[in-house]
Amino acid sequence: MKTAVIVFPGSNCDRDMAVALEQVTGKAPAMIWHRESELPEGVDFIALPGGFSYGDYLRCGAISARSPIIAAVKAAADRGVRVLGVCNGFQVLTEAGMLPGALMRNATMNFICRDVSLTVANNNSDFTRLYQAGEQVNFPVAHHDGNFNADVDTLDRLEGEGRVAFRYTTPINGAARDIAGILSEKRNVLGMMPHPERMIEPAHGGNDGRRLFEGVLAAL
Amino acid sequence: MKTRIYVTLKNGVLDPQGKAIHHALEGLGFSGVNDVRAGKLIELDLDDSVTTADIERMCQQLLANTVIENFRIEPVAG
Repeated sequence: MKTAVIVFPGSNCDRDMAVALEQVTGKAPAMIWHRESELPEGVDFIALPGGFSYGDYLRCGAISARSPIIAAVKAAADRGVRVLGVCNGFQVLTEAGMLPGALMRNATMNFICRDVSLTVANNNSDFTRLYQAGEQVNFPVAHHDGNFNADVDTLDRLEGEGRVAFRYTTPINGAARDIAGILSEKRNVLGMMPHPERMIEPAHGGNDGRRLFEGVLAAL
Repeated sequence: MKTRIYVTLKNGVLDPQGKAIHHALEGLGFSGVNDVRAGKLIELDLDDSVTTADIERMCQQLLANTVIENFRIEPVAG
């Protein structure tokens, strides 16, 4: 599996993501600076990492979503390449219009940084195929703006089409219908606030995140 | 030519920042404040060649996230 991590100014989980991808695939990902306009030939998996790209100026992920590389990421996603956006990466995906909805300031007004329990809402994607539907997993979250919001029609559509991948087992940030992660229509793009790349080996306190990457690897 | 863009949260969208300001006002002893909504003001200094349609596109494509925000364009006289 050939992987790439997009690096924006202010990304801070890009190296965590790179370590996770190397551990699971056995090969280091290509680190791609956001000013690039092309992705490596034959890339199978693109990760948009967490962080505070552009200092969250204007809106979280807003400036990054207009970076030159995003056009290439969109084109790759249209071809079926798997794209994972975590935390700030999820915000970038919604700002780029690759996933519906928006991530707003946590309703509690707090920055939330701790491990949380998630429920796997659907295991119908390459990212979630190695989990059981309804299974509870523990992933860390670290965000101030993870309050997923969309209009009722969009929320109904996401649920109706089985595109909610993960929910918070108990509400943490005010997200509509406790949504923690959603899939694109073709299920090859996943955006989520919790960090699977920080839960891949026992030293992390668990390895629930590992299967997310292994699922994609197994599908290819 | 200066133009101001007012970006505000759509009705019904929860505004935690507005709520925090509201609480702080109450903490200072101000009463009678029913609600607070916080938004953004973006001021653009533009060439005369820039049309209203251009500004509209700037708002749609970047300045506002129309999933959750409304925008209002207001030219500044002088």
